[in-house]
Amino acid sequence: MRLAGDGQIDRSRPIKFRFDGVEYEGLKGDTLASALLANDRRMVARSFKYHRPRGIMTAGSEEPNALVTLGLGPAQDPNVRATTVELFEGLMARPQNCWPSLGFDLLSLNDLAAPFLGAGFYYKTFMWPKAAWEKLYEPIIRRAAGLGALSMEANTDRYEKAFAHCDLLVIGAGPAGLMAALAAGRAGADVILCDEDMRTGGRLNAERLEVGGQSGADWAEAVTDELQAMPNVRVMTRTTVTGAYDQGTYGALERLAPDVAMRPGAPRDCFWRIVAERAVLAAGALERPVAFANNDRPGVMMAGAVRSYVNRWRVSPGRSVAVFGNNDSAHRTAADLIAAGVHVSALIDSRQDAQCDLDVPFYAGREVSAVHGGRGVEAISISSISGVEKIQTDTLAVSGGWNPSVHLTCHMNGRPAWNKQIAAFVPQDGAIPGMVTAGACRGDFSTRACLEGGMAAAREVLQDLGHAVPDIDLPRAEDSTYDITPLWAVPGKGRAWLDFQNDVTVKDVKQAATENFQSVEHMKRYTTQGMAPDQGKNSNIGALAVLADATGRGIPETGTTTYRPPFVPVPIAALGAGGQGKGFAPERFTTSHKASVARGAPMIEAGLWFRPSYFPKKGETHWRQSCDREVCMVREAVGVADVSTLGKIDIQGPDAGAFLDFVYTNMFSTLKVGRVRYGLMLREDGHVMDDGTTARLGENHYLMTTTTAAAGQVMRHLEFVHQALRPDLDVRFTSVTEQWAQFAVAGPKAREVLNGLLDAPLSDEAWPFMSCGPVTLAGVEGRLFRISFSGEHGYEIAVPSRYGDALFRALVSRAEGLGGGPYGMEALNVLRLEKGFITHAEIHGRVTAFDIGMERMVSAKKDCIGKTAAAREGLNGPEREQLVGLRPAGEVKMLVAGAHLFNADDAAVRVNDQGYVTSVGYSPVLETNIGLGFLRNGRARHGEVIRMVDHLNGVETLCEVCGPVQFDPEGGRMRG
Amino acid sequence: MRITCPYCGERDRREFYYQGDAVALDRPDPEAGEAAWDDYIHNRDNPAGVTRDLWYHETGCGAWVVVTRNTVTHEILSCELARGAKEAGA
Amino acid sequence: MVELKARTPCEGLLPLEVGALRLSEAEAGPMTSVAAFQGQDATLSTEMKAAHGVTLPEPNSVTESGNARAIWFGPRMALLTGTAADPGLASHAALTDQSDAWAVVRLQGDGAADVLARLTPIDLRPGVFDPGATARTELQHMQASVTCLEEGNYQIMVFRAFAETLVHDLKTAMQAVAARQG
Repeated sequence: MRLAGDGQIDRSRPIKFRFDGVEYEGLKGDTLASALLANDRRMVARSFKYHRPRGIMTAGSEEPNALVTLGLGPAQDPNVRATTVELFEGLMARPQNCWPSLGFDLLSLNDLAAPFLGAGFYYKTFMWPKAAWEKLYEPIIRRAAGLGALSMEANTDRYEKAFAHCDLLVIGAGPAGLMAALAAGRAGADVILCDEDMRTGGRLNAERLEVGGQSGADWAEAVTDELQAMPNVRVMTRTTVTGAYDQGTYGALERLAPDVAMRPGAPRDCFWRIVAERAVLAAGALERPVAFANNDRPGVMMAGAVRSYVNRWRVSPGRSVAVFGNNDSAHRTAADLIAAGVHVSALIDSRQDAQCDLDVPFYAGREVSAVHGGRGVEAISISSISGVEKIQTDTLAVSGGWNPSVHLTCHMNGRPAWNKQIAAFVPQDGAIPGMVTAGACRGDFSTRACLEGGMAAAREVLQDLGHAVPDIDLPRAEDSTYDITPLWAVPGKGRAWLDFQNDVTVKDVKQAATENFQSVEHMKRYTTQGMAPDQGKNSNIGALAVLADATGRGIPETGTTTYRPPFVPVPIAALGAGGQGKGFAPERFTTSHKASVARGAPMIEAGLWFRPSYFPKKGETHWRQSCDREVCMVREAVGVADVSTLGKIDIQGPDAGAFLDFVYTNMFSTLKVGRVRYGLMLREDGHVMDDGTTARLGENHYLMTTTTAAAGQVMRHLEFVHQALRPDLDVRFTSVTEQWAQFAVAGPKAREVLNGLLDAPLSDEAWPFMSCGPVTLAGVEGRLFRISFSGEHGYEIAVPSRYGDALFRALVSRAEGLGGGPYGMEALNVLRLEKGFITHAEIHGRVTAFDIGMERMVSAKKDCIGKTAAAREGLNGPEREQLVGLRPAGEVKMLVAGAHLFNADDAAVRVNDQGYVTSVGYSPVLETNIGLGFLRNGRARHGEVIRMVDHLNGVETLCEVCGPVQFDPEGGRMRG
Repeated sequence: MRITCPYCGERDRREFYYQGDAVALDRPDPEAGEAAWDDYIHNRDNPAGVTRDLWYHETGCGAWVVVTRNTVTHEILSCELARGAKEAGA
Repeated sequence: MVELKARTPCEGLLPLEVGALRLSEAEAGPMTSVAAFQGQDATLSTEMKAAHGVTLPEPNSVTESGNARAIWFGPRMALLTGTAADPGLASHAALTDQSDAWAVVRLQGDGAADVLARLTPIDLRPGVFDPGATARTELQHMQASVTCLEEGNYQIMVFRAFAETLVHDLKTAMQAVAARQG
């Protein structure tokens, strides 16, 4: 029911919205919750487990009941708290966890079965039969006990991440936070002020309290205006600081204002990583409920929330409101209701000596023992020693006291301390390095104390940061004392709720204690109290108080469970913002990419790179046709392939040779200028890290090639070896992978292709196998390497990348004129397989130089990385699985990479394992499938027939073991 | 987590690659024997408290950094260049 | 005889304008990595000054003279841009041609720092990252070099092959910032 009078709503701007299929009207400034209450919507949800009717209970992000699904289709957002949703035109929300409808929910039958569904119910009931869990119980439970559902469509909303840095982060813009930000802002510090509400002011917006002679809300607005005018202050509303992390890093979730979020290109949420030298936590306090029978009925609300609705949104949640509490918050609520013209049916204060100066039916030393009514409050029972009195009322406002929001102070293992005087936990100073607390979150509840606390916190921080502390006269403000007598649960019949969101009652916690789950952490997990999305913001303290009572301990000895980030639920989409679609990983395109795509080549990912799989020709309907053709083309004429993705590291310095001798197993200091050598690199544990060719371009100048996969790892390794192990060596590294576009030109007609393009023709004498040097093409300076990964007479030619596209097209065009053309990764793989050249399929991290038959490449003349460990026992004998070639030798002509090898007569079981297949391909030249693999003592077993079994695909064949090099073993083709 | 690169200053942890224990700086002599090499390559303590690790400023400047930190309090006690630590120790 | 046509890394991708923000490909000219040999830093700096008017920059900073700009690029290393490196420097430093290795773009306009703040974790505040400041850092997922040329004008470099991703990431951030600006 909307009340008359001024609030923080704009009556001139009505907003239409829909909830549960019904159109309603709210006002600019409303939340979905305030608008629903203004429209007398009381029941808005069903509870998690018992499907009980639920209404709005709070006015903030701690709301346990009013979870709704916002929007439709891909952008639908489940489990949104109606209390934090800013109303906008066309908003569409619906209740969740009810079927077929909110009013008539079949699963509310659970509520009748409640005696059987208490704590530990699942553990005890669904133990057997074991098989029934997955098939029967779990699907049923998941349907019954649940929150909102995802649309199961890809989210179309944008989410964003951002980084910010400041001298001071102020968390919370209530009186304490505003005061701290004001002082720090005036002192010239870089300040970020965050508040999760759509406006600053905190509780000042909810109270009829004056600050400095004006309304608290007006004071907050004036201070905020001043802050916003300061270039050194950033005010971030709608932004919840969700976690405190190491070295002054804070996470914060910003929800963009609805009108901004609707603009094209705008994100819906932004997740901030804020790095702050200092922080002031001014997060306020959360009011806590009291447990009594049926205290979860729609119409039972927090007393402070009722004040928020009445004062800020001019909404009365009911026509006749009873107020129940154990502290003065109840009285303030009654007073505000009366001032707003709402009927107060009773004020019940559990404190024996309570006084009341309001004109309401007053019950001192009495407690509300039960709520009556099914879908909402109809009456309450007030109990005393002399008996029970029942009074009619449609709303009950409850205050069990205030819990300081200590959450963030506990994110780095800090434990809050029990303060008996306010019957609440307060933060320990220094729990988060660089953070101080101010105001209600440290237990200072009066407005004046909050202002003082904010100022004191600012003073401390500014002094630390070396800023002068400005003189600020604190405004006059309310400074009442906080008087409370703890009351957690009212005894009596009927279920009394502690955790509304997870449906945990007093009885459940007591039962946990009875069953010896007496540690608060055990009780939590056994009952699920505090494990819902609200993380027990309303229930933790009450539940542990009940547990303390049930176990005969005090609250401080019982302790709290651990507060962990995030403070409010954060959408995964926001945490992973930027990672959707193309933002997931960068795409790395070669200079020949466009030309390859234009030729219809399917591109495959190789790390971040994209490489052509094959280049289909007209009439080819299967990749194998293209691949076979490309292999034969290289063997018979000439092929062109982009090999720019291989890592290229420029190595220079007087000690370059000595350095390479140390990182490679073989010698490079002896390599002649203008020559190329294959090198093998080990890890320090003696296993192969990478291989590749290194060219000597000058006396102190080498160019190392790495595999595509290991380029980053090798660069890191070189820097490590240099900086951490051999800083004495004078050598520098620069990645030139991107500087050069490099193409393999391979096949009998390779030289002919190049001679049509190079400014000076090649000859065998000047360019023998494994030579390198500068060349020019059309006046462009390039580099030529006579190396071969195909086993053919071949070259790799490199030009600065700007010419890569042009050179690729020119090479392909010229090759095509000679019966050749481009070839892709499939053909490249077959060509190298025929030659027994290894890739990371073979050097996969568990093989040694010995395993691949390269033990003689480990030079005896010098130390190198991995040499000592490579000599260890067990790494060099017949027990090792050694590189072999494989060919099918039985009925089945297939080989499968990943299949395992067994002796022909052995059963294909693990204990008989003899090795495995690493790479396979069809050789059109040899007209058979061929493979590489590792076989125990394989080098001594060439000619043997063994058994290959692929257990996963059910493929089995006999195959013959042979040498890894199955084509042109003498190497005449590439040398000649 | 923030790591202070001795060159670039304080940076977000995401710019760094984590390698492992800084024992990797102390490569034994090839003849040091199996035990010394085992300790160098494989054996690591897992202390609740102060550790020295190697981090590589991979998306930054490429410096290898020895970070001394406390695994219990998450406090970072010092960040120094691996190069410097090596030269100081040598 | 064949003619090799040169292409720039961001050809066909830029320029781009979103609201008050503009992204364009920079003509950086020759780029040479200059990495000092041991004990040569001071001499190298002097020689660079003599040859190009710029000293070897201190970490995280840039030195400039006319077209020549030396961007700090790593420990005892700079990227000399806008001028071909004097071959004489080779006796003091490893000189490596990088003219084709990097995609170089300029991000300009009101909110340029806000765009960057969506992609890089470095501190971009005035007083910290002012004109003349440079950083080797991460941009979304890529190794990058970010330099503040003047207020609201940044030069951003990533490996050439990432040009499309660079433009994609910057464009997305520009759209988000522009949307907030209204």
